[in-house]
Amino acid sequence: MNDSSSAPRATEPVTPPRPSLSELFIAYALISLYGFGGVLAWSRRMMVEERRWMTPEQFNEAYALCSFLPGPNIVNFSVIFGSRVRGPLGGLVALVGLLGPPMALIIVIGALYAHYGDLPALRRALIGVTAAAAGLIMSTVAKMALPLFRNRAVGGPVIALATFGAIGIAQWPLPIVLVVVLPISLALAWVRR
Amino acid sequence: MKELAGTLGTLAWFFALTSLFAIGGANSAVPEIHRFAVDVQHWMTDPQFSDIFGLAQLTPGPNVIVVTLIGYHVAGLVGALVATLAMCGPTCLLAFYVGRTFDRFRGASWQVALAGGLVPVTLGLTAASAVVVARAADDTRVAVGITVATALMTYWIRVNPLWIFAVAALLGLSGVV
Repeated sequence: MNDSSSAPRATEPVTPPRPSLSELFIAYALISLYGFGGVLAWSRRMMVEERRWMTPEQFNEAYALCSFLPGPNIVNFSVIFGSRVRGPLGGLVALVGLLGPPMALIIVIGALYAHYGDLPALRRALIGVTAAAAGLIMSTVAKMALPLFRNRAVGGPVIALATFGAIGIAQWPLPIVLVVVLPISLALAWVRR
Repeated sequence: MKELAGTLGTLAWFFALTSLFAIGGANSAVPEIHRFAVDVQHWMTDPQFSDIFGLAQLTPGPNVIVVTLIGYHVAGLVGALVATLAMCGPTCLLAFYVGRTFDRFRGASWQVALAGGLVPVTLGLTAASAVVVARAADDTRVAVGITVATALMTYWIRVNPLWIFAVAALLGLSGVV
């Protein structure tokens, strides 16, 4: 798994290793096949912790951009990362790696279910997996937030906590929270740029 | 044949249009997909939609593959392909061009400010979504325990979460959760 951790990082500590097309495909196929309960956690694990193709800060930036673009976040992420390291073909390869295996799998599962479906048993298993997946997202967000709190960028942690509190705890409507928080966050970032 | 072409066309325009409004991930589009597939087109019943949604959650991979299964249910393998391509194609092209523009202006002050402003908000949103998922999943003490144990273990120990998921699935299957 950690085959690239001893890559040429010693000579070029600033530039992360640049994956080949086949490495890109394999990494994204693994992200999708491991991705029970959402692919964000597995995506960060692969990109930042295992392959070290991105720094934690680069990952946060690309993920933030994808979250505000329409469409599935990590699908957009795969296209942006793939094309950044290997051009348009790289974007396509990462995309096919991410979507191909689960598409094939879900069609097989769908066909099996249509014939012999035993959803109650699967559902019971899913209850346990969903509970674990919630925990995995929590630890992933905590790891993602580390650079923000470490840099002490003016207002960053406050904005993150306020957004979290307004939506996660107070359960205010998302559009209203964004209309208030987003301009403030962008203005703060503009001032400290 | 003509009917199939019509169905494929409907799948294509509906998912292409819906994807453009799906900000914050594919799951934000699920209510609209449900309304269209069940109430408008009568492609499936309510329980069938729930089953399809459940199967998609059980399958590893991005949440968007629920769209693949809906396309498959409506028009077979071609339907699966058309629906998925329509849901991902336009937004992927957009992401490609936005990403390229973003990289071309790396270091420009508007770019630094945009990234610096979006990151904290995104982190807050993702943390909130973790709480929402946990609130939906954790209606027993055992489930809460699984969530907390997974969070702590995956934060502090370099354990592969797949092992934890396997144990959690067995606990669920045995009816303990």
